Amino acid sequence: MISRGERLANYVILTAFATFALFPILTIVLAALGPDDSAASAGPGFSVAGLHVGNFASAWEIGRFGTYLRSSLAVSSFVVVVSVVLSIMSGYAFGTMRFRGQAVLFYLFLLGIMMPSEAIAVPLYFDLRALGLIDTFWSVALPQVALSVAFGTFWMRAYFRAGSRAIVEAARIDGASHWRILWQVLVPPARPAIVTLTLLVFMWTWNEFLIPLIMVTSESLRTAPLGLAFFQGQHTSGFTLLAAGSVIVATPVVIFYLFLQRHFIRGLLQGAVRE
Amino acid sequence: MTTGTRPRRRAGPGTGHPPGEPRRVAYLYLLPAFVVYAAFLLYPIGRAVHLSLYEWDGLTLGRWAGLANYAAIAADEGLRAAFGHALVLIVFYALAPLAIGLVLAAILNHAKVRGLGFFRTVVFLPQVVAMVVVAVAWRRVYAPDGTLNDLLGAVGLDALTRGWLGDHAFALPAVGVVGTWFETGLVTVLLLAGMSRVPVELYEAARLDGAGAVKEFFAVTLPSVRGEIAVALTLTVIAALRTFDLVYITTRGGPGDSTSVPSYEIYHRAFGLGQVGSAAAIGVTLTVVIFAISLVINRFADRRES
Repeated sequence: MISRGERLANYVILTAFATFALFPILTIVLAALGPDDSAASAGPGFSVAGLHVGNFASAWEIGRFGTYLRSSLAVSSFVVVVSVVLSIMSGYAFGTMRFRGQAVLFYLFLLGIMMPSEAIAVPLYFDLRALGLIDTFWSVALPQVALSVAFGTFWMRAYFRAGSRAIVEAARIDGASHWRILWQVLVPPARPAIVTLTLLVFMWTWNEFLIPLIMVTSESLRTAPLGLAFFQGQHTSGFTLLAAGSVIVATPVVIFYLFLQRHFIRGLLQGAVRE
Repeated sequence: MTTGTRPRRRAGPGTGHPPGEPRRVAYLYLLPAFVVYAAFLLYPIGRAVHLSLYEWDGLTLGRWAGLANYAAIAADEGLRAAFGHALVLIVFYALAPLAIGLVLAAILNHAKVRGLGFFRTVVFLPQVVAMVVVAVAWRRVYAPDGTLNDLLGAVGLDALTRGWLGDHAFALPAVGVVGTWFETGLVTVLLLAGMSRVPVELYEAARLDGAGAVKEFFAVTLPSVRGEIAVALTLTVIAALRTFDLVYITTRGGPGDSTSVPSYEIYHRAFGLGQVGSAAAIGVTLTVVIFAISLVINRFADRRES
C-alpha cells in the first residue's frame, strides 16, 4: 500500500526526530564519561574501557550528591506514601459514596490540579517563616503532598467509579465494613492504577525544583535537583563533573521509566484524557 | 516547570456510574487529604490574593495598595515584557510540538513502522528527565564552545556560531526550542493514542473516494483527534506559561530581560527585589490566565465536537 519512497521518507523523518530527542541527553552522558576537563582534576582518574566512570565518584564526592540524594529519597518516600494513601481514601469517598457537598468538594480538589505552584509558594514561604517552619523537612514535603493529593484524588476517584459496583455490594451484604471493603476488596485489584500513581508522584517529587529552592537554605536538606543547581553555580571550571552530577540526578527516574514505561505513558496520557 | 511539575488536567463533571449509596462516613475518608490540601494549597492561594493587595517587602509592615499591583502588570514595561515572552514561548511549547507531533503520529499510525516501541520510548524520554538536568544539558549545547557551535563549524557555517543564550535576539527562541524538544514527545504519543482509535473503515472509505494521503489526513485523521489536540494544547500551553526551572538555570531572565517570564518574575520579585505584593499579584494573574485558557480550549473542543 505504501511506496518504497514514502517508506524511506518516513524512516528518515522518524530517525531525524529520534536523533533530536536524544542529542542533548547523549551530549551530557558522553561528557560525563569523557576525561575530566576541570582545573582541579587530579590526573587521569579511574576508567574502564576508555570510559571515565571515576567521574561519577569525583562528582559524588565534590558535589556532595550523596547528601542530596538522601534528602531527595526521604522527601520523595514521604510524599509518595502519604499522598497515595490519602488519595486512595479520598478517591474511595468520591468514587463509591454519595454525600452532601460532593460536587463542590470535588471541584475544590480539581482546582489544585491546575494551580501553578509558583502562585502558592510565595505566600507559603512567608506564612511558614512566621511559624518557624521554613528550612525544615515539612516545608518541602507537605506542599508537595497537597499538590499530589489533588491529582491523586482525581485519579483514584476515576478508577473506583469505573470499577464494578457488584463486588462492593456483595462484600457489604457479607457484612464487611467500609474500611475492609476498601483495603481488602477494592485495593488489591487496583494495584496497576496505584503503581501508576506512585510512579508519577515519585517523578514529580524527585524532579521538583521551585519548592525546595524557596523553602530550603541549609545544605543538609537540599534535594538532588537543587544540589545540582548549586553545583552548577559553584563548579564553573569544567563540564565533566557537572555532567556526571546531572546523570546521577536524572538516573533514578529514568531507570523506573525504562522498566515501567507503560505506567508513565499511560499515567501521563490517561490522566489527561479521562473524563 | 513541567517535569518537576504536576501536570495540568482537563477537568469536567463526571458522567460515569451514579455514585454509590449515601454515606456520611465519606467525610472521614476525605478529611486527612482535605486537611493537607486546605492548609498547603487552598489557604495559600487565598493568602496570595490577600498579599497581592499590599505593598510589602517581606520584612516591615505592609502598606495597603489596593489594585495597584495589578495595574502595574498592565503598565510596567518589565512585566508586560515577561507576559509577552510567555506568549512567544507558547508558539515553541504548544504550536510547534503540535505541528511536529501530528506529522510524527500520522506516520507512526499509518505506516507499519518497525521499531515503534523504541521510537516511543525515545521521544517520551524528555518528559521524565528532571528539568534542571535538561537545562544543564541544553546550556552545554548552546554554550559558545558548545555542541551546537561545533556542529555548525563542522558543516562550514562558522558565521552562524554565537553564544546562543547570551544573545539578545536568540536567547528567547533558544529557550523556546528546549520547550519544543521537551513537549513534542508527549504530544506525539498523545495524538498517536487518539489516531489508533480511529476505525480502519474510515480510512478505507476515504481511499475508495480517491483521497490521497494528505487529503485523508485532513478529512479523516485530524477531525478524529480533536479531543486529543485540545488536551495536548491545554497541557503544553500551561507548561509554557509556567516555565521556571529552565529559565532559572539557563539565563536567569537575561541577557537584559530578554528571557524574563512570569514565573521567574514571581521568584525574582518576592525573594530578590522584596516586592512580595507584586509577586503575589503576578501569581494570581497567572493562575487566572491558566484557568481561563484551559476553559477556552476545552469549550472550543467541545463545541466543535457536538
